Amino acid sequence: MGQREGATGLTTHALQTAQAVTLPVSLDEAVAALSAMPTAVPVAGGTDLMAAVNSGQLRPSALVGLGRISEIRGWQYQDGHALLGAGLTHARMGRPDFAALIPALAAAARAAGPPQIRNAGTLGGNIASAAPTGDALPVLAALEATLIIAGPGGVRREIPVSHLLAGVDMLRGGELIGYVRVPLLHAPQVFLKATGRTGPGRAIASVAVVLDPARRGVRCAVGAIAPMPLRPLDAEAWVAQLIDWDNSRAIVPEALTAFGEYVAAACIPDPVPAEDGSLTPLPPAVLHLRRTVAALARRALGRALS
Amino acid sequence: MTNQAATATPAAHETGPEPLPHGLGVSLPAADDRAKTEGTFPYAADLWAEGLLWAAVLRSPHPHARILSIDTSHAREMPGVRAVITHEDVPGTPLHGRGRADRPVFASEVVRHHGEPIAAVAADHPDTARMAAAAVIVEYEVLEPVTDPEQAFEAEPLHPDGNLIRHIPLRHGDPDAVGEIVVEGLYRIGRQDPAPIGAEAGLAVPRPDGGVELYIASTDPHSDRDAAAACYGLEPARVKVVVTGVPGASADREDQGFQLALGLLALKTGCPVKLTATREESFLGHAHRHPTLLRYRHHADADGMLVKVEAQILLDAGAYADTSGESLAAAVSFACGPYVVPNAFIEGWAVRTNNPPSGHVRGEGALQVCAAYEAQMDKLAKKLGTDPAELRLRNAMATGDVLPTGQTVTCPAPVAELLQAVRDYPLPALPKDTPEDEWLLPGGPEGAGEPGAVRRGVGYALGMVHMLGAEGADEVSTATVKVHDGVATVLCAAVETGQGFTTLARQIVQETLGIDEVHVAPVDTDQPPAGPSCRGRHTWVSGGAVERAAKMVRTQLLQPLAHKFGMSTELLQITDGKITSYDGVLSTTVTEAMDGKELWATAQCRPHPTEPLDEAGQGDAFVGLAFCAIRAVVDVDIELGSVRVVELALAQDVGRILNPAQLTARIEAGVTQGVGAALTENLRTARGLVRHPDLTGYALPTALDAPDIRIVKLVEERDVVAPFGAKAVSAVPVVTSPAAIASAVRAATGRPVNRLPIRPQAAVVTAQ
Repeated sequence: MGQREGATGLTTHALQTAQAVTLPVSLDEAVAALSAMPTAVPVAGGTDLMAAVNSGQLRPSALVGLGRISEIRGWQYQDGHALLGAGLTHARMGRPDFAALIPALAAAARAAGPPQIRNAGTLGGNIASAAPTGDALPVLAALEATLIIAGPGGVRREIPVSHLLAGVDMLRGGELIGYVRVPLLHAPQVFLKATGRTGPGRAIASVAVVLDPARRGVRCAVGAIAPMPLRPLDAEAWVAQLIDWDNSRAIVPEALTAFGEYVAAACIPDPVPAEDGSLTPLPPAVLHLRRTVAALARRALGRALS
Repeated sequence: MTNQAATATPAAHETGPEPLPHGLGVSLPAADDRAKTEGTFPYAADLWAEGLLWAAVLRSPHPHARILSIDTSHAREMPGVRAVITHEDVPGTPLHGRGRADRPVFASEVVRHHGEPIAAVAADHPDTARMAAAAVIVEYEVLEPVTDPEQAFEAEPLHPDGNLIRHIPLRHGDPDAVGEIVVEGLYRIGRQDPAPIGAEAGLAVPRPDGGVELYIASTDPHSDRDAAAACYGLEPARVKVVVTGVPGASADREDQGFQLALGLLALKTGCPVKLTATREESFLGHAHRHPTLLRYRHHADADGMLVKVEAQILLDAGAYADTSGESLAAAVSFACGPYVVPNAFIEGWAVRTNNPPSGHVRGEGALQVCAAYEAQMDKLAKKLGTDPAELRLRNAMATGDVLPTGQTVTCPAPVAELLQAVRDYPLPALPKDTPEDEWLLPGGPEGAGEPGAVRRGVGYALGMVHMLGAEGADEVSTATVKVHDGVATVLCAAVETGQGFTTLARQIVQETLGIDEVHVAPVDTDQPPAGPSCRGRHTWVSGGAVERAAKMVRTQLLQPLAHKFGMSTELLQITDGKITSYDGVLSTTVTEAMDGKELWATAQCRPHPTEPLDEAGQGDAFVGLAFCAIRAVVDVDIELGSVRVVELALAQDVGRILNPAQLTARIEAGVTQGVGAALTENLRTARGLVRHPDLTGYALPTALDAPDIRIVKLVEERDVVAPFGAKAVSAVPVVTSPAAIASAVRAATGRPVNRLPIRPQAAVVTAQ
C-alpha cells in the first residue's frame, strides 16, 4: 500500500535497520570471514536461526550467509561413498535422483516440515542445529556418516556425525560443516516418523533402518526420543543373524515383532527396581512412546526386507 | 481524516465487462479480497507514524507470586527509554475486564497467571524497549499455584472476589425420575487458543486536547474505548478507537490489557507508541477456550428415549473472570444438546485458578458439552445395541420443544432433518476401492502409516449454539445509509473480522435500493455503537439496522415520486439504478430522482429482550438458536494412534442463504477449527506455566489435516424474528465437529475417547 498520508503522518512503511551480512562464494572464504568476525553467525537456510532472531532470542552482530557457496550445494562420488554438500536443501534431497542413492535420507528430507521449510532448510543446518527432532539425524546415525569440517587455513578434518551430536567433538571457532560423507550401500533403507497428525509436524519418534548386505548387517537409529539419535546395537546384531541374506533376505514375521520390542526396550529401558525391590511402572505416556518405537522399528525393518 | 491511514478503503473495484452479481442470495466477492490476497491490505502491525516509540511489556514468569518490590530505575536510565509505567501510573480505574472488571491493568501485589503484565516501556527502538522491560527488577515471593480447578473450591482465595466466579444449579423436571438404562462418563476438554493469524498489534497517537486515539484491531471498539477511557481517567469522548484491518478473530481476539498499556504510554510520552505482541505474548495474554471437566449420567428407557440427564460441569476460568459467566450459562443450558430431555439436573461452576485466562472463543461452553453429551449418546447406543444415528433421531429436538432452561424453542429447529441428511449421504470410498497410492494414510504422505493397521470409523454429532448475547444483554446496533450521486455508503460500527459483514451490508443496500456501488465506511468510535463482533451478532443486529436505514432512504427517495403520481411507494420498484412503477407508466433513473440531493437515514435494530437465568437455571435467556449435524469418517492407525479425518459431512440450519460463497467459507473454516480442537490444539501448561507458546508446539490444522468437507444440506427455514430470516453460521460447525470426530474414533477403535484433543494413546488398540 506504500506511503499513506494523514494528519498524524501515519504510514504502513516501517524503517529497516542495516545489518552486516557477508556472502562468501567458497567454503574457505566463509571460514575466513568467520575467523575474522568471531561474533558473526553462519546462516544457511535460516529456518531455525531466523526464528530465534525474530523472537529476539538472538541478535547476531553479523551474518555469514552460506547460500552462495555452490561447492556445498550438490554432491559427488568418492570411493563407494557420496560426499554430500552441507548446503543441500531438504527439497533437493527429496527428489527421485537423490532417493535412488540414499533412500532413507530422501524420505527424511521429504518428511522434514512443510514445503517452505524444505526449500530453505539444509542438511548441514539440520546437523548444526542438532535438534532432537532433526529428521536427517537418525538416518545419518544409522548410516554412520562422517562430517568433513572446514577450518581456518584450508584445514579439513573428519569426525563421525555421532561424535558431534553427542558432544564428544565440537565445532571450534571459525569451523564450518563442509560435507557429509555417507556410504553408498545399494540396498533398501527406510525412514519412518510418527507425528500425531497428518500435516507436517515434529517427530514424536522416528526410526531409520538401513541394510548393509555386503557386511550382512542391519543398522538402526531411533530419533526424537532423546537429545541425540539412539543406536540399539544389540538388537541390530541379533536381527541381522536371523535374516536369510542369500534367500531374498527372508525373515519370519515373529522376528520382526521381536526386533521392534527389542529396539524399543533398548531405547526406553524398563525402570530399575528400587532398593526395596519395588518397581515404579513407566508412566502411560512413556509406555505409549515405547509402543510407538516398537511399531516403527518393526514396520521399518519389514519394509526394508520386503 | 486520520483514520484513512489506519483503515483500508480499498480502491474502487474494476468493473469488468461482466456485471458483478449484486443483492442478497448471490456470491458477491468481498471488496477487500484482492488487497488481502496480494498482501497490500494494511493490518494493525503495518502501521507507522513519524516519531513513533516502540513499546514492550514485562510479563510475569510465575503463575502465582506475591510482588515484593518493583524497581524501574535501571530501565528508566537506559538511553533511548522514554517511559516506564507500572500500576502506579494508572490514573483511572486500576481494574478492567470484559465480563467483570477484576483484572489489574498492571499487577501490583500479586501475579495470578503466567504472562500477567507488570510494567510497560516505551523506547525509541523495539530492542531497547524489550531490553528495558527485561531490566525492570521485580522481587517475587513465589506462591503455590492453584492449577486444578477442582481444588479451587478449597484453596485460599486467589482474588478478593473469591475463587467461584459463577455457579448455576439448573433444576428442571422431576429429580426422582430414573431410567432403565443408565450410562455415566467423565470427560475432559483441553485449552484451545483462538490463535488469530495476526497477533495483537496497535498504535496509540496522543491528541492535542489531552486525549488519545487507539488504532487497534478491536472487535468491540466501543467497549474497548470505554475501558480505555476509564483506565486513563478521561471522558470517553477524549478517547477514540479506530479499527484497523483485523487479522483473524474467532474470539475476543485482543488482550485488552495490551490496548490499555499502549494508550497509557502514548499519554505519558506525548508521542505515538506502537506495540506488536510476539506470538508468545499473544498466547499468554488473550482469552482461551475454557478447559472443562464434565461428569454425566444419562437415564433412558428401554426404547432409548431419554428420561433424565444429570451433569456436573466445571469450567477453568483461569485467573480472571472475563466472560466466563456467559460461557457457563451456555454450557449449562446446552448440556443436554438438541435432544428432548424431560428432566435435567445440571450443576455448573466457573472457577478461578492460576492457569492462563479463559474467555469468549466461538462456541464457548457449547463445544465442551457437545463432546460430552455426544459421547454419552454413543455409550447409550452401545448399551442398548441401537444404531447411534437412530438413537439420536429418536430423541431429536424440534420447534416447540422445551430446553432444560424452561425456554421453548420457537425458532426453526430441523434437527432430525439435518441428521437424516448426513446419515443418508453416501460414505466415502474405502481405500480398497481406490488405488492405494491415492490413500492418504494417518500420519501423512511421508508418515509411518501402514494400511494393515488402519481402521475406519463413522461417528455422528448434533450441536447447537445460541446467537447474540444472552441473559438480558442489550443487543443493539445502529447503522446509517447515505446515498449521493448514485453511490451508497454504509456507516456502521460493526467490525469486519473476516466474517463478511461489509459484504453483507453492501448486498443489503443493493437489494433494497437497487444501487450497485456501495461502500462501507471504516469503523471508529465516533460512530454509534454496534456491539461486539461475535455470536453472529452483526448478520442479525447490524444487518437488520442497515436494512432499516436503507428502507428509510428508499422511502425518502420514492415518496415525492409516489406523491406526484398519486401512488404508494410500494408500487414503485428500483432495479439497476432505474425506478419503475408497477404498470410501467413511470420510468426514471435514481440519479434523476435524487436531483443532486443527498439522502441520509439512520436506524437501529434491537431484537426482543431476553432474561437472565434464575437461581434454578430457568429463564428465556436466548434470542435464537442454530443447529448442525455432522457425520465424521476417520482413519485410525491403531498401533500408533494417529488419526486422520477423512471426511466431515455437514448439514446445517441456516435460516436463509445470503451469500453462498461466504457461507461455505465460514462453515469450512468452522469445521476446521473444530478439527484442531479434536486432534491437536491444546495449549499445555505445567503447574500453571504455559508450555510451547508458539505455532510449532501448538499445532493448528494444515491443509493436509483438513478433511474433505461436504456440505450435504443447508436447511433454509426462515427464522421469523431474525432480519432476512438468516441464522449465524460460523459457531455451530466448530461446536459439533470435535464431538463427531471423537465419535468416529470411538467407532474405529472401540476405545472410550473421553478427552479432547484426542491423544494418540487414546486411539491405540492393544492386542488381547
